[in-house]
Formats: sequence, C-alpha cells, structure tokens
Amino acid sequence: MADDAALDALYQEIILDHNRRPRNFRELPNATCSADGKNPNCGDALTIWLQFDGDTVSDISFQGVGCAISKASASLMTLAIKGRTRTEAAAIFERVHNLVTGTAIDGDAAKELGQLRALGGVSKFPMRVKCASLAWHALKSAMDGSEPVVAVHTGAPAPA
Amino acid sequence: MSSSGNAHGSAHGGAHSLAPRSDFPLLAGKPGLVYLDSAATSQKPRVVLDAIRAYYTTINANPHRGAYSLSAEATQAYHDARVRVARFVGVADADTLILTRGTTESLNLVCSAWGRANVRAGDNIVVTRMEHHANFVPWQQLAIAVGAEFRICELDASGGIDLALLSRSVDARTKVVAFGQVSNALGTINPVGEIVRIARAAGSALLVCDGAQAVPHLRVNVDALGVDAYVFSGHKMGGPMGSGALVMRRAILQSMPPYHFGGDMIEWVNDDDTTWNVLPHKFEAGTPNVEAAVGLAAACDYLDALGMDAVRAHEVALTAEAMRALGAVPGLTLYGTADAAGRSGVVSFSVADVHPHDIATSLDVEGVCVRAGHHCAQPLMRAIGAQSTVRASFWVYSTADDVTRLVAAVRGAQGRFAGA
Repeated sequence: MADDAALDALYQEIILDHNRRPRNFRELPNATCSADGKNPNCGDALTIWLQFDGDTVSDISFQGVGCAISKASASLMTLAIKGRTRTEAAAIFERVHNLVTGTAIDGDAAKELGQLRALGGVSKFPMRVKCASLAWHALKSAMDGSEPVVAVHTGAPAPA
Repeated sequence: MSSSGNAHGSAHGGAHSLAPRSDFPLLAGKPGLVYLDSAATSQKPRVVLDAIRAYYTTINANPHRGAYSLSAEATQAYHDARVRVARFVGVADADTLILTRGTTESLNLVCSAWGRANVRAGDNIVVTRMEHHANFVPWQQLAIAVGAEFRICELDASGGIDLALLSRSVDARTKVVAFGQVSNALGTINPVGEIVRIARAAGSALLVCDGAQAVPHLRVNVDALGVDAYVFSGHKMGGPMGSGALVMRRAILQSMPPYHFGGDMIEWVNDDDTTWNVLPHKFEAGTPNVEAAVGLAAACDYLDALGMDAVRAHEVALTAEAMRALGAVPGLTLYGTADAAGRSGVVSFSVADVHPHDIATSLDVEGVCVRAGHHCAQPLMRAIGAQSTVRASFWVYSTADDVTRLVAAVRGAQGRFAGA
C-alpha cells in the first residue's frame, strides 16, 4: 500500500489545480482530427481535438468526464502538445508513458517534461496508471488516425 | 444500533464485530486494514480454509469415478457439501441444487440451456434497471440472438423496482422475468413475494432470481420464495472463489437440455446419440470442484453458528450508522433507499467535486478498502445520473470503528480536493 507521501505526490497542487480548472476544456470546431478515449472499467470518457497547421499542432482541446488524474493529465497534455510537431508530440508521448509506468528516464528527458513530471506520482499507484495515460492514448490515436475510439482498462494488470 | 453495538460504547467508538477478527486470517494479519468491500468478495474464515486443506490432505480423489474407497469418500464429501448448502438456503430437494462456479455461471446456464430452448422471436424478456451485468447481459444477448424483445423495468422515485410498471411490462409473451433479490450497487432489498405474485398473475414466465447479494446477508428460504430459478455465489459468503449454485425446479431441470457436455453428465454414449445422467449430474459436466463445494459447506456451518438473524441485525445497525455519519458530511450524496432496514449492508455514495476513484485512492492510503466504479451495473448508474459511486459494504467482521475510519477518510479526501 502506498503511503501519505505517495498520495501527496499523486495529488500535487498542480494536479488538483488542473482538475478544478482544466485548460483547453472545450470543443474545437475546426479540428483536423479527434479521438475518443474510454476506460470501460471506470467509465472515464474523453474526447481529444487536434488542429494542425502543416506539421504543427496549432490548437488542441479536450472534453469529458473522469477522475482528477485523468482530467489533469489531459489538461496538462494540451499545454504540452500545443505548438509541437508530430515528431515532438510522439517523443513527449513516449516520455510520459515511461514516466507514469515508472520506467527510468534520463535527466535531460525528465527536464523536458516540465510540468508533466507531476504525472509521475501515479507510478506508485498501479491501478491509476491508466487514468493518467487515457488522454495520451487518445492523442496518439488521433494523430495516427488509427482507432477512432481507444479503450484502456484500469483493471488490466499490465502497465499502461 | 443493535444492543450489542450499544454495549460497546458510543455509536462512534464500537470495535465490536459479530464475528471475531481473529476468525479471519487475512484480517488478523493486517490489523489496521478496514475492509469495506465485502459485497465484492468476503474475507474467508479460518474454518473454510481448514476444510479445503483437510479435503486435499485426507480425502482427495476424483469423485464418481473410482471403485476404491478413497474415491467413494470424495464422492461422499461432495454429496454432503451439496446437501449442506441446500439446507442453508432452504432447499429440500438437494439434487435440484446445481453446483457452479458462481452466480455468473449459474445465470449463463439458465440463459443458455433453458433460454435457447424456450425463447423465440416475438417473445419478450423482462429484467430490471438495477440488475448486475451478470443478470442483464446474458438476457439482452439472448433476446438479440433469437429476435425477442428485451424489456427493462424502470425504478420508482425511491430507487426500488416500480411494481406498477412491472405488472404492465409482463404479459403472455414474457418468457423470462429476471431480477435481483438485493441490488449489488445500492443494497436495495426487493420484494420478491410481490414480484412473483405480479409476474405469475400476468403470464407464465420463468422467474429467475439473483441471490448473490442476499444469501450472505439475509436468511434465505429458496423453496418459500416461489421462483423458478435461484442463483448465488459462495465467495461473497465466506466460501471460496469459484463456488456457487443454481437452484431450479426439478421438472424444469429434467426437461431442459444440458449446458455443458462431457464426463459425469452422461448416462449412455452411443455412436449416434447420448442420454443424460440424473440430477444434479446432468448439469455438472467434468470433474467437479470438490474443494469449492467443501469450502462453501464450511462457510454455511460458520454462518449458521453466527446465526443469520444476528448477521442481519449487525449489518442493519452498521448500515444505519454509516448512513447517519456519511449523511452528515457536507456535499455527500447517498444513493438508494433512506431506510437502512430496506438494504443489505451496502452504502453507495458520491462526494461533490471529487471523483469516486480519487476518493477510493485516498481511502486506500488510509487502509480503507472500498469499491469505486459502476459496480457492474452501468444501466443503473445511467438511471441514477451517476457515472460511478463509492460503495462501502459490510459483513460479519465489520465494526462501528470501521465506519468511523471510513467517514474520517472521506472527510480527509474531501479536504485534499477542496479549494478554489
């Protein structure tokens, strides 16, 4: 069982703030692409909208229902992805994936994560990793144009 | 509060449980743990674990097979377990109690074997809005497969089954009425007698009652309920996972086709056809789970020693206390009937502006185990307008102290998430 310090790390002020006041929480009427992320185990469901200007994400937004972790993760994601190229966004996805699953990342990569490092608290809560990664999987699927709906399962034992 | 609760101090301070914590090795080994998820699965009393070990160390052999005496002993142990379980739930004809892996398998058995043979296009199946997915999806899928109509009886304002609506939902073409005796998500105890009366008056449907949340908490007399099929799980009543039963009227079991084919369920296997074994074996293909049966029987012994009336009184007292204490938390919404005596030991709630999963994680760190989610009842969650809820559920080892710890942890979580 995780302890109080782990809980404080999970629910850092920045997470609580983004849960209370999610950024870019709106539809994007002229979106280039979008994707839904759903977690059938807990009912969390969100939609990600992306607008591209050439290869660059010129705008990104989300809407949906979910716990503090999933909402804050999506909100932080919109801030981190806006203005990035596809390649940069894919690299950030990889780093966040490593962060939330507790995979070691080197110092430079960690520094580049910036505020996203707040999501690292979930690595001590295996049942909550999917909450943090839901928006990111939706982002990936919107960019890849693969699945219009991605489903992640909190109940699954395998990480993210 | 029950008199026993009052005898041990204030409503807030009672460490009194109906069953000593030391009876449950897992709880004894984790003194600080507040286990409030018994509606999902109960912890196991030592006597159940001992019975399983005793079976494997002294009796184990394949029942119904060998000519040697050890196999005969295993056969006897399996038979005795069935009779014991039947007696616990008030079934006189023990051979009509089919041992299964649990409620889910029992319901799939009825749905596959009876449903496929009897439900046709143009017929209808009635379930209620509060069913667990196990008593909802099989019937929904059967209806889709055969072209029958799938009817969901909605709930009334207090969260109970709307009986007036039920009487209008059931007609001469209704082949199945499937309903839970107790809601797993809300704890609501349904009026089985009324439901049976209404369904019988309106037609000749098979009445299927899900007792998964009833048998561990209430004195159940299946023969007196008047339903055609009754199902329950062993693991919610102190028995092992993978134990459970289906009770069905003898005439129906005899006339309906088998569910699984294989060893033990056959009489004569000819080149071109096969005849079936007598009850209960016709519905128990393959080597049975004797361990599960023996463990479940030991759980019945354990519960009878406590007394189901005492179990019930203990849970009503705790539920009333939990509803009172949680009800005093600002911003907290309780779901289900306001009458503690109308529930099993379940309290389902949500807290304004804090997602149930965030509550559950915060409680987990305090050593308080609760379920957060849709409780395998998504249709019900939609109706009560909640994406998910937090559910605390009690059993024989639960105490008023557990309730106190729960409420304190909920307030703590609320404080963490409060703010502008």
